[in-house]
Amino acid sequence: MKTVKLSIIYPVNKITAPIVSTLIKKYNLEINILHADISLTKVGTLVADITGAESDIAAALQYIGDAGVEYRIFTSKLIWDEKRCVHCGACTAVCPSDALTMSHEDWSLQFNREKCVVCGLCTKACPLSVMSLA
Amino acid sequence: MAKTIREINERIRTGTAVILTAEEIIGMVKEKGVAETARNVDVVTTGTFGPMCSSGAFLNFGHSTPGIRMNKVWLNDVPAYAGIAAVDAYLGATEMSETLGMQYGGAHVIEELVAGKDVELRAESYGTDCYPRRKIRTTINRNNINQAYMFNPRNAYQNYSAATNSTEKIMYTYMGTLLPKFGNVTYSTSGELSPLLNDPEYRTVGIGTRIFLGGTQGFVAWEGTQHDPGQVRLENGTPAAQAGTLAVIGDLKKMDSRYIRAAVYEKYGVSLFVGIGIPIPLLDEDMVRRTAVTNRDIMTQVVDKSGRENLNLRVTYEQLHSGSIEINGKKVSTAPLSSLKMAREIAANLKGWMEKGEFLLTEPVAPLPMHTTRLNRLEIRGDFHEDR
Repeated sequence: MKTVKLSIIYPVNKITAPIVSTLIKKYNLEINILHADISLTKVGTLVADITGAESDIAAALQYIGDAGVEYRIFTSKLIWDEKRCVHCGACTAVCPSDALTMSHEDWSLQFNREKCVVCGLCTKACPLSVMSLA
Repeated sequence: MAKTIREINERIRTGTAVILTAEEIIGMVKEKGVAETARNVDVVTTGTFGPMCSSGAFLNFGHSTPGIRMNKVWLNDVPAYAGIAAVDAYLGATEMSETLGMQYGGAHVIEELVAGKDVELRAESYGTDCYPRRKIRTTINRNNINQAYMFNPRNAYQNYSAATNSTEKIMYTYMGTLLPKFGNVTYSTSGELSPLLNDPEYRTVGIGTRIFLGGTQGFVAWEGTQHDPGQVRLENGTPAAQAGTLAVIGDLKKMDSRYIRAAVYEKYGVSLFVGIGIPIPLLDEDMVRRTAVTNRDIMTQVVDKSGRENLNLRVTYEQLHSGSIEINGKKVSTAPLSSLKMAREIAANLKGWMEKGEFLLTEPVAPLPMHTTRLNRLEIRGDFHEDR
């Protein structure tokens, strides 16, 4: 079993393609949707963790490509230098997937790696450069 | 029953003063009422830790042999203002490096000096009879220069407008990254813990007030630039947008780099996080009421940073803290820019100093202005000629 983090980009004319259900039914994959922004009139994006047998994942990626839908595999991950962080919250202003949030108890920054779509917006928004991609 | 600062100081000296933070006082007043709190509690501590651009430090490097009348100075390639005496300079927090641009600036040099690191000093001069040297290159740190004191012309803003962006494009501002079409709202005040929101009409905070500044004891030196006490105020006396400001001074050599941190705002520039805490003596019931102010009682305006829309929107800090507010019927996420976690730590530290008798209150030497005239605008009174 293997898990890859995937961003699927639907062209406007492919919005109706049943990609996710095919990945589940035909390729026996477990899909954990982390972020989805899909509507009929614009390019859609879906970010998900996909878990399954390595051969199934490879075949599924082949299927997505053949269906005329773009995908990207996340190879990098976000590094948070927590020791240098001052917990100001500037990164939470730009995080699109709620991976970075403020605790309403002690107002410390909370990072939920599962929800991170590795977009890198926080690396630029952080005034202390404690966020980086590696 | 009114108390004097002298009486409170006596209790601080003998370790009997009762000190609460500006958050703790809220629960106390709710539970015991104003009168009993006024009898039992002596001081409320406040705190803030946010980006404060109008900051910098005066430095005296000491004289070399032969001497130099420095008229251009760089510290780690960041220009410092040398238009003062021979080996004095003022390093502004937002000044940018001539080699690294806005990735590194005066704020970073200040942070490194506070941390005790070596900094490269370069200076040039035209040479004088008494100071013949024309160039110098050396390293300095906080221990081998004479004075290094922070003098911040404008800190501790009393309230600040929250920011948003109505345009179709992302905006990079000093209020952080503002996403298009009201994609987010940022705000930068510690709310009910904020120094001047706990003494909204400057009854106890004035010129000469001893404060927590960057981890050591500093002082209020003057009203801050853009001090605007005539701002619209709510019934409880707190201003509905930015109002009072403080110029503060303190010994950089004694500061702690935990509370002085350099910052870079994407495509905007350099700034400096400054940690400030101010003690508010509870002289009477009126001061208890003032310091018991909650995020529900403090409001700020939401401003479209593109200047395109007048939102005419006022929200409470409770709403801003909740994570979202409504703009034109749309739910918009809110994000802080000043660290409430660090502000709490500062208020707690200041409380600890007083409990140990290490920090005494001061009577203001003079009050902060409380005039009603508003700020001047800068009118364009001529053309700008490139060749002049």
